[in-house]
Amino acid sequence: MIPPRTSERVWELLRTIPDPEIPVISLVDLRVVTSVQLDGCAVSVTLRPTFSGCPALHHMREEVERVLKADGFSPVRVTVDHTVSWSTNDLDASTKDRLRSMGIAPPPMRTHDLARDLGAPVVCPLCGSRETRLDSTFGSTLCKQIFFCHSCRQSFDRFKPL
Amino acid sequence: MSANASLVEFLTAMADDELLIGHRDSEWTGHAPILEEDIAFSNIAQDEIGHGLVWYTLLETLTGRSPDHMGFARPAADFRCSRFVTHPKGDFAYTVVRQYLFDEAEQVRLASLSDCAYQPIRDAAAKILQEEAYHLLHSKGLVERLGHATEESHGRMLSAVTTAFPQALGLFEFLTAEEDLVHSHVFPGHAVLKERWLDRVVPVLEKATIAPAATRSDLSKLAADIGGRKGTHLPFLAEALADMQRVFQSEEGAAW
Repeated sequence: MIPPRTSERVWELLRTIPDPEIPVISLVDLRVVTSVQLDGCAVSVTLRPTFSGCPALHHMREEVERVLKADGFSPVRVTVDHTVSWSTNDLDASTKDRLRSMGIAPPPMRTHDLARDLGAPVVCPLCGSRETRLDSTFGSTLCKQIFFCHSCRQSFDRFKPL
Repeated sequence: MSANASLVEFLTAMADDELLIGHRDSEWTGHAPILEEDIAFSNIAQDEIGHGLVWYTLLETLTGRSPDHMGFARPAADFRCSRFVTHPKGDFAYTVVRQYLFDEAEQVRLASLSDCAYQPIRDAAAKILQEEAYHLLHSKGLVERLGHATEESHGRMLSAVTTAFPQALGLFEFLTAEEDLVHSHVFPGHAVLKERWLDRVVPVLEKATIAPAATRSDLSKLAADIGGRKGTHLPFLAEALADMQRVFQSEEGAAW
């Protein structure tokens, strides 16, 4: 039986689409979906980019289209609004826990003083030690930085506060 | 000039600056002096090109011309970037100094857009400014440390800033629609932005002992390298575009 065509159904499907670089969190957890509009079987979804230059956006857009079409929505329109700000301050506690479980230290609050935000001690997501140091302000993707833990002697990623 | 044409000129200048500096930064991928800087400049390149995309996407709503068209299908004479961002990447000292001078200009330009009468520009500027904070922290930190770290670093940074400073003044070259844009509260004008920029960069360069002239007033009077905003470019732009546009133009309309 086909599930009813409701916006709840759309959100439910969007929650199954993982972030392509951090698959433990969904596009909904990541707060990139800004609106869902439904008209019968036709659906229109608006996304906002995390970092403006994030190459994963293209993939996210295609995935949203594919998953909604596979569930019978038609036509599916996915638009990207590049003018809407996105902030890591919008990520909830459970999303941050899942980042930690994947070995990524979650972002601290972003304030107007970035230098101070980055200066706060960072807890190693692998062993819980506070004996860590920043190795590189920039990392493997636009949203990450590279840290090193003196206790477990491992490198780890930290999600940049934005 | 219509309000629309003025906005198009304004957005094209900003977008082209972002795309070109992003391209020049990307030329360090695999070539930077240390791994952390290779990662940093590769990230910064990606960010800047992303910011270009934001502005090109806004432009598309006004002109119907796609970001791909703007980046890959225009000849050099249609670009409105400053000459500053088109110069070859030079040595690493030049790259650091150029990035710093550009980052500070971005700060004043984007901050001034919080009062822009055109809301999509206001919103996009706020988003870009959040990301730009990382660039400034990085480039300013390098300028502060390398300016007087060793005799060699001092000499190379001073030489870089002597070359880059007059070029950077070209960022504030007036647009054709300058008066209209100021009058309609799109931005406060390049004369105002230049003063705000000098307020920020001069003390930093002086403290780093690499100011290329004795006083702020001497610095502001250096002959600016202008022409880019009118489409009169140095050969470097055409060279960079030949590289950037080659794949796209070899099979226009091709898809992956």
